[in-house]
Amino acid sequence: MQPHAAPETRRNSFALSPEDLARLREKARFIRLETIRLIEIAKVGHYSSVFSAAEIFAALYYDVMRLRANEPNWADRDRFLMGKGHAAVGLFPILAELGYIDRETLDGYTRLGNPLGDHPDMRKVPGIDFSSGSIGHALSAGAGMAWAGRFEKRDFAVFVMLGDGEMQEGQVWEAALFAGHNKLSRLVAIIDRNGYQLDGKVDDVMAVEPLTEKWRSFGWEVREVDGHDLSALASLLREIRADESRQKPCCIVARTLKGKGVSYMETEPGWHLGYLDPSDAKRAVDEILSKEI
Amino acid sequence: MNGPLSPNSWQYRALNSANPGLNFLSDALIDLVADGHKIIAGSADLQYSNGLNKFAKAHPDRYISFGISEQNMVTAAAGIATTGMIPVVATFASFLGLLACEQIRMDCAYCAQPVRLIGHHTGISLGFYGTSHHATEDIGTMRSIADLAVVSPADGPQLYAALKATIDHPEPIYFRIGRGREPDVYTKDTPFVLGQAIEHGIGEELTIIACGLPVHPALEAARRLNATGRSVGVIDMHTLKPLDRAAVLRAAGRSRILMTAEEHNVIGGLGAAVAEVLADEGCGIRLVRHGIQDEYSLIAPPTHLYAHYKLDADGIEDVAKGALARI
Repeated sequence: MQPHAAPETRRNSFALSPEDLARLREKARFIRLETIRLIEIAKVGHYSSVFSAAEIFAALYYDVMRLRANEPNWADRDRFLMGKGHAAVGLFPILAELGYIDRETLDGYTRLGNPLGDHPDMRKVPGIDFSSGSIGHALSAGAGMAWAGRFEKRDFAVFVMLGDGEMQEGQVWEAALFAGHNKLSRLVAIIDRNGYQLDGKVDDVMAVEPLTEKWRSFGWEVREVDGHDLSALASLLREIRADESRQKPCCIVARTLKGKGVSYMETEPGWHLGYLDPSDAKRAVDEILSKEI
Repeated sequence: MNGPLSPNSWQYRALNSANPGLNFLSDALIDLVADGHKIIAGSADLQYSNGLNKFAKAHPDRYISFGISEQNMVTAAAGIATTGMIPVVATFASFLGLLACEQIRMDCAYCAQPVRLIGHHTGISLGFYGTSHHATEDIGTMRSIADLAVVSPADGPQLYAALKATIDHPEPIYFRIGRGREPDVYTKDTPFVLGQAIEHGIGEELTIIACGLPVHPALEAARRLNATGRSVGVIDMHTLKPLDRAAVLRAAGRSRILMTAEEHNVIGGLGAAVAEVLADEGCGIRLVRHGIQDEYSLIAPPTHLYAHYKLDADGIEDVAKGALARI
């Protein structure tokens, strides 16, 4: 990168090659397919919560984050936390593929004594940076990590995936104040703005917009992106990860579709939680395999 | 208009210079930093109430002002702990042990992070500030959380000793402390071992098992009763969890009646913890659980409340006489 390059040129230097894009699309497809397979074991799970976030998972774990799978507690690794811990079923296949956990463990998802449940547990699962399940905590924990990273002069970034319904938790805004006040520039919040929560549309249940203005007013840099446009999403994450000049925490509002990739889920928000009979699961799998997102 | 104020006047920021008991927390942390421990301290807008202002002045880079955001403070502390540091966060016990209870459970204990949680001005020590500021349930909430140790020092020196003695404990600890005006029972050099009660004596007739502020008045009450020919002992059960079950059983084996004394609801607190041991082990001994009897405290200055609820020496002596009469 040349120091005198215009902003547009700099941004382009983070663009994905066609090979990268194809690879990440395949990973997002893999995440959706594995989610269906694992939920078949548990007989209940959060399909559409993973489907809205599949591209975010793929971009972070297969492109942006600095990780060492053979050294899960590497002090300088990038961290990933999930406010929406119920989407962990989409993360476990990634951890297995990268080698954090073995395939046998993955295939025992939710069975008695298996470390993998509906929500991630850092004490049981290598590669999980923080346990979750109680919505609203993750940004505080991530902010603590980012504060500590700066204090210890370490160069890791902390990515925290938040649900849009999660914006209704008061602690999120305590953490937003804290991170803004302390200018935690290595902290990146990614809001999976899929628009739905258990009881219905987020903005019918308890309106959270305008998100961009809210986060900006809390002292954050805010970027908006189509959360399924892997090219735009991954290049934005690359840019944010590489930016040493930012003096603020960064919030990405990722506009997504709940259930993205399976048409009958995209139109029915009840698929936040559910079970697919193998015949319907096959329809979903066929659609995911035949369609490009 | 601009003359000096009366020496009787005082303002909040001078609290700990007027009240040396508030300095033990900061002193312990400053000494731990000097010993090479990676201490980070934080408070939720109460640094002058818990004396952390002294630490903040000594180590401004190691002090985090969290503002009035207790839940964020506890979870962020857990996040900091994941990087290998030892965060020590303090606020009123009513807010720490109740408002941030779920954050303590999920982020400190379930995640097994070595956060030190300092709930100060516990019990009814905030007097007429009222029930919102009282903590008579925090032993109950904290004691039922797995992988969380619960310690209730009797005074500032014991807090100092406990913080230092437990610094390598790999899991979180909730310290329940007073307002820094407790008369000293110990010195900073008195050995502290997590989970090992300090036996000031086991009475042939009665043993009072106490924790926190009531330890000092219980010792005074026992002295008075022993001077009249009775046999009364006191055990300082400073660790509520893990509880020193052997100490309870020793007292149960040698005394004819037991009594607990705590600045806490008798439900869920020390009395309950001791009763659990006695029931588990089939001890056929009567236990008088003295403390707050499942009610919200009256409004009054703290010392008046201690007298009213029989948590001063006169009161504990009175309750102990009642226990002796039931032998």
